[in-house]
Amino acid sequence: MLKNSLVALVTVLAMAGCASKGAHNAQDTNPSAAGSSSSAGAGYGSDGQPVQIGDQNAAAQGEGLFDTSSKANIIYFALDSSDLDSAGLAIVDKFAKYLTSNAMTKVRIEGNTDERGTREYNVSLGERRANAVLAALRTKGVSANQLNVVSYGEERPAAQGHDEASWSQNRRAVIVRQ
Amino acid sequence: MRNKFFGVLALLMISSAAHADLDVVVTGIDTAATPIAIVPFAGLGAKEVDMAQVIDADLGRTGQFRTLSRGSMPEQPSDPAGLHQASWRSANTDYVVMGQARRDPATGNVSVRFYLVDTLRGAQLLAYDMPAASPAQLRYVSHQIADLVYEKLTGIKGAFTTKIAYVTANGLGNARRFELVVADADGYAPRAMAVSREPLMSPSWSPDRKQLAYVGYERGRTAIYIHTLASGQVRKLVSEKGINGSPAWSPDGKSMAAVLSFETNPDIYVFNVATGSRRRLTDHYGIDTEPSWSPDGQTLLFTSDRGGQPQIYQLPVEGGTDAKRVTFVGKQNLRASYSPDGKSLVVVNYDDGRYRIALLDLASGSMKIISDGPLDESPSFAPNGMVVIYATQGRQGAELATSSIDGRTRQRMRQPGDVREPAWSPQIR
Repeated sequence: MLKNSLVALVTVLAMAGCASKGAHNAQDTNPSAAGSSSSAGAGYGSDGQPVQIGDQNAAAQGEGLFDTSSKANIIYFALDSSDLDSAGLAIVDKFAKYLTSNAMTKVRIEGNTDERGTREYNVSLGERRANAVLAALRTKGVSANQLNVVSYGEERPAAQGHDEASWSQNRRAVIVRQ
Repeated sequence: MRNKFFGVLALLMISSAAHADLDVVVTGIDTAATPIAIVPFAGLGAKEVDMAQVIDADLGRTGQFRTLSRGSMPEQPSDPAGLHQASWRSANTDYVVMGQARRDPATGNVSVRFYLVDTLRGAQLLAYDMPAASPAQLRYVSHQIADLVYEKLTGIKGAFTTKIAYVTANGLGNARRFELVVADADGYAPRAMAVSREPLMSPSWSPDRKQLAYVGYERGRTAIYIHTLASGQVRKLVSEKGINGSPAWSPDGKSMAAVLSFETNPDIYVFNVATGSRRRLTDHYGIDTEPSWSPDGQTLLFTSDRGGQPQIYQLPVEGGTDAKRVTFVGKQNLRASYSPDGKSLVVVNYDDGRYRIALLDLASGSMKIISDGPLDESPSFAPNGMVVIYATQGRQGAELATSSIDGRTRQRMRQPGDVREPAWSPQIR
């Protein structure tokens, strides 16, 4: 466990180092100041650049089956539901055929929710949706090691509005090539 | 009320080029609040921090004080010798704060002396020489003065020198950018601590407020990071398959509750922060998430849909199978946290199609709604328990709001783009 943590730490720091030419290790330039000044922000990384987390080039990918613009890879859900409807099952069928005949291809199933409810609870709901898609693909014979799941909860809305028209676009699972 | 803040705002834009300060609007000051006047401090140049303005805004935001506008002040003394009690009595002002700043020409540092006077009894309640500070630190000194005045008049420790952490999101698609920001509790001096093109979530302060734990995404995988603010060092605490979420630091700083889903589905785990070792606290087929510690560190609250809809449950920190349901009013209740005195909870309550912030009194079981909704979330108590900060949907995106715990005085803090997931820092004791 300890060893793993250390390796992970080095990875993050190395990534942050590549991410920007500015120093990421913020220096406390004013450690002896009386109190942590508001504008100087003593004790809060006074002069440093913010740390980069995650991938700088989280690029969209894929074509045809994986084409997000044609929504060929998007499965929509009803409110408070992780059940697949007939349209969703049809998409699962197409992916199941493709993945069983392309055993080297791995996909990531991204679960999403609308903005209602709390953020972390929605991460759990989104995972439930992604897992429902995963289970349906497994039933159709897709190998477990071709499938990964991530939930974005309400963090990556497809539509920005605050009404059912947008919410119904956001309650979705998206299958992307990994 | 709004115009009052523009002078300060314009001033700060010059010194803080990197990030826009949060624009602040206060509404609903209680007419029964204590009347107080914060007289402009003598000896401050036009380009320096208007210290009285900062103190005025701090006190006004609590809803417990009604501050006198400068135009209505009968006089502007800088020490008690220059104050005429009768003039302030006719202005219906019970308390006056005044002061003076002196600049040391050699160092450029500023020394501030201030007084708090009770105009009813003609008594001097406070007189302090604040430690010499650089001009850049005068906002902080102002918050310290507001803390001293607040504690003297209410008996409750002020929370004006604390910080807030929050998450901003801007841009769409591949241009989307998330930032984890730390700012003063009044929204000034924001500083981005972490940036990402993928979501950043769920900031949680260490009790010594030197570290923040939060959730990040990295190529479709999530992790809980522990970020040491002064050094910028980031440590990955955990990154299992599935959810790594909802970090919550224990009151003694040694443990962290969090949510992992890799074993079956979302359940609560407790980590030893130093070693990274962990134990599983809940094991239920429903969603268990959003853990939060009681102030004594003995009990954890969490959100679970084990009863159908999400509600709040509690368990002893040792674990067990007999989680006790604590919320019964409302279709859903989510993301609970204890008040600092442990006597009440703040939750997100869902009823009548609206998500609103509510306080649950644990002794009586009564629930009091303190926000309007419809999409309010992420409530967090100020460390003195008198104000709750939360996220709400504004006209131009998500923004932060505060409400006094009686629900009467509200404040909005906004900037372009989405601002959300506020976490109020602990007090330094």
